[in-house]
Amino acid sequence: MLDIKKTLEAGSLNVVLDGRLDTTTAPELEQQIKEDIEGVKELTFDMEKLDYISSAGLRVLLSCQKIMSKQGNMVVKNVSEEVMEIFEVTGFSDILTIE
Amino acid sequence: MKELSIEAKVNNLNKVLGFVTGILEEAGCSMKLQMQIEVAVEEIFVNIAHYAYTPNVGGATILAEVAGDPQTLTVVFKDQGIPFNPLLKEDPDVEAKAADRSIGGLGIYMVKKSMDDMRYERTDGYNILTLVKKI
Repeated sequence: MLDIKKTLEAGSLNVVLDGRLDTTTAPELEQQIKEDIEGVKELTFDMEKLDYISSAGLRVLLSCQKIMSKQGNMVVKNVSEEVMEIFEVTGFSDILTIE
Repeated sequence: MKELSIEAKVNNLNKVLGFVTGILEEAGCSMKLQMQIEVAVEEIFVNIAHYAYTPNVGGATILAEVAGDPQTLTVVFKDQGIPFNPLLKEDPDVEAKAADRSIGGLGIYMVKKSMDDMRYERTDGYNILTLVKKI
């Protein structure tokens, strides 16, 4: 289960994730981002309520990062200790801008 | 060992995770370890669902138990799909920059990193993959 809340304002897309970003929910997030990412300069993921991330979720973050590297900035914030550990093991802590 | 036999479909992922986390919760496993173990179980089961029987669907059996001192989880995945040894998969370059990173190849690496031991055998037409982790 993943709840996705998006706010798009003046080129800033803020995405609040609540639940689990796994094989079953990652395609939905990818679709939701795709709908709005064109022209976005600042993409923010709020992960305060994200309990879990698997490689399927990491793939979505990586493809977002690749897009945003070309057109602006991407920031990931409020990462839990458990999710942070996954970022560290996979080298994502060096790729992503984590606040 | 407890046993779950199930169709190897991505839709069944939550049942598989529920089966394993049930055993972990009973054993008083920390949330942090539960999450690492769930990630590993997801990667392995989804791999079987995606590749073992393509384009058909087949079964998978998952056996799991917590035993010993220190308490150790053992999870065994069995399927009768095409022979596939995930241990032979090359590790991705986790130090590469975003632009150079490929989208795939992370799953098995995450499993290798997070489990204490991972063994593969092909016996009597079965892929048998065993994950071991102290909890």
